[in-house]
Amino acid sequence: MNAPAYNFAYLDEQTKRMIRRAILKAIAIPGYQVPFASREMPMPYGWGTGGVQVTAAILGPQDVLKVIDQGSDDTTNAISIRKFFGKTAGVATTTATSDATVIQTRHRIPEAPLHAGQVLVYQVPIPEPLRFLEPRETETRRMHALAEYGLMHVKLYEDIARFGHIATSYAYPVKVNARYVMDPSPTPKFDNPKMDNCPALQLFGAGREKRIYAIPPHTDVVSLDFEDHPFTRYRFDAPCALCGAGDSYLDEIVTDDKGGRMFVCSDTDYCESRQLAGHRGSESAAPHKERAHG
Amino acid sequence: MAEPQDPMQDDQPLLVAEDVGKNYGRLTACRDVSFALYPGEVLAIVGESGSGKSTLLQLLSAQLAPSAGRVSYRMRDGVLRDLASLGEAERRFLFRTDWGYVHQDAAQGLRMAVSAGANVGERLMAVGWNHYGRIRDTAASWLERVEIDTARIDDAPRTYSGGMRQRLQIARNLVTEPRLVFMDEPTGGLDVSVQARLLDLMRNLVGELGLAAIVVTHDLAVARLLSHRVMVMKGGRVIETGLTDQVLDDPREPYTQLLVSSILPA
Repeated sequence: MNAPAYNFAYLDEQTKRMIRRAILKAIAIPGYQVPFASREMPMPYGWGTGGVQVTAAILGPQDVLKVIDQGSDDTTNAISIRKFFGKTAGVATTTATSDATVIQTRHRIPEAPLHAGQVLVYQVPIPEPLRFLEPRETETRRMHALAEYGLMHVKLYEDIARFGHIATSYAYPVKVNARYVMDPSPTPKFDNPKMDNCPALQLFGAGREKRIYAIPPHTDVVSLDFEDHPFTRYRFDAPCALCGAGDSYLDEIVTDDKGGRMFVCSDTDYCESRQLAGHRGSESAAPHKERAHG
Repeated sequence: MAEPQDPMQDDQPLLVAEDVGKNYGRLTACRDVSFALYPGEVLAIVGESGSGKSTLLQLLSAQLAPSAGRVSYRMRDGVLRDLASLGEAERRFLFRTDWGYVHQDAAQGLRMAVSAGANVGERLMAVGWNHYGRIRDTAASWLERVEIDTARIDDAPRTYSGGMRQRLQIARNLVTEPRLVFMDEPTGGLDVSVQARLLDLMRNLVGELGLAAIVVTHDLAVARLLSHRVMVMKGGRVIETGLTDQVLDDPREPYTQLLVSSILPA
């Protein structure tokens, strides 16, 4: 390996074993939060220590790793985690969603459909969906055990009472396999439907809170709602300014101090591959024009 | 939601306590309490601080397991069941559907950070209501019944006065049309005029809905106004029991005579 001082993929084998046991249990009980003995990682809590531990535990030498942060492959967090595993595991890395076997993500699910054999690893800050309504952990565990989820609807009720619609736009609660209510980590609710019946395995790791949970492939994932206020996806009503995509989740980018802004795909890989395929938006940058001329 | 009560069942007790007792180590908090509560009946438990009233209330509402004796409840299907034999899920379900529990401190019985409407609607959502409009309409009609301005349906109870909080707590408990309500000093900490209004409201609701209620209080005026029957407790035992008027007008036990005579003349 590149760094002989470390075991393959940083964690020692006993730790990986412990994490894998938690993962197996999580897969066996979809949506259930399995406690695990989270380790100190060489990064601060909140930077993906849970996700990194899950990735380290499942990574094999043949795996191809992709890391995204808010959909982007080239932010600090994504680059440093990608480098971390490049160095400690020597695995191949990629930015292409379809080439990756393991995708660690913070706050997004890639736009390109995932396929069987892929594993999506989420970094989770607060795994407990009931936390802000019921602060007692003993009580929330009991509520999960007895499937008492009326409280979750209280939150949605409050949204409608205050804003006239369900204003929760991220970390939108879902019910997994018609049993456990789960926090899908702070992904935008735009991504919630992608979790349903997904052919890839989805694993969630919360390092500080010491919880792992999972959605096995092809599991029912239903976003909670009211009959008269059904779940809706939210998306800015604009095409991507770079690739013209009308179906992707968009970031709003402020371009000056006079109210100027543009909307671009949050998934950089999706946006770039569309641009390579010749799609153009209103603000397409020069390289494509050059390529078009050349 | 309200199934018509089978009149044949009304002569069957709703809640039966048999020789119920509770020890905390060597300390006996209450002992040998036996009574039957019938549908639509309001029972007041009176006594001084430390007489075991609150412990008894917790025993009766299955929040504490008795050290001796047993408490049975007639479920909606008409079967009398020992509360100790209920699973936790059943007990909790009972607690949020067929029972109500009004705390002395409304902050304990309410979610102070969510709106009044959601507080009332929570029980409905817990039993599977999934239509925002209907939940809200029901909540609004209950706020009206407890005399809270429906314009304040979206305000959090922490912006409410003490009396409003207590009324909101009552609405929250009654929304699933329970058959039995436990009240622990429901008027404690409220000023006299607010108390009077609350008592009046509770008396009307109990009468309208045919609720059975067990009210713990140290205030004999509350007992006189609300209850049909009174149990007087002292040192963990029931020392006198009977119709409210009878016990309060013609107390037999010296302690009850003391209690009655220590009411300040209005």
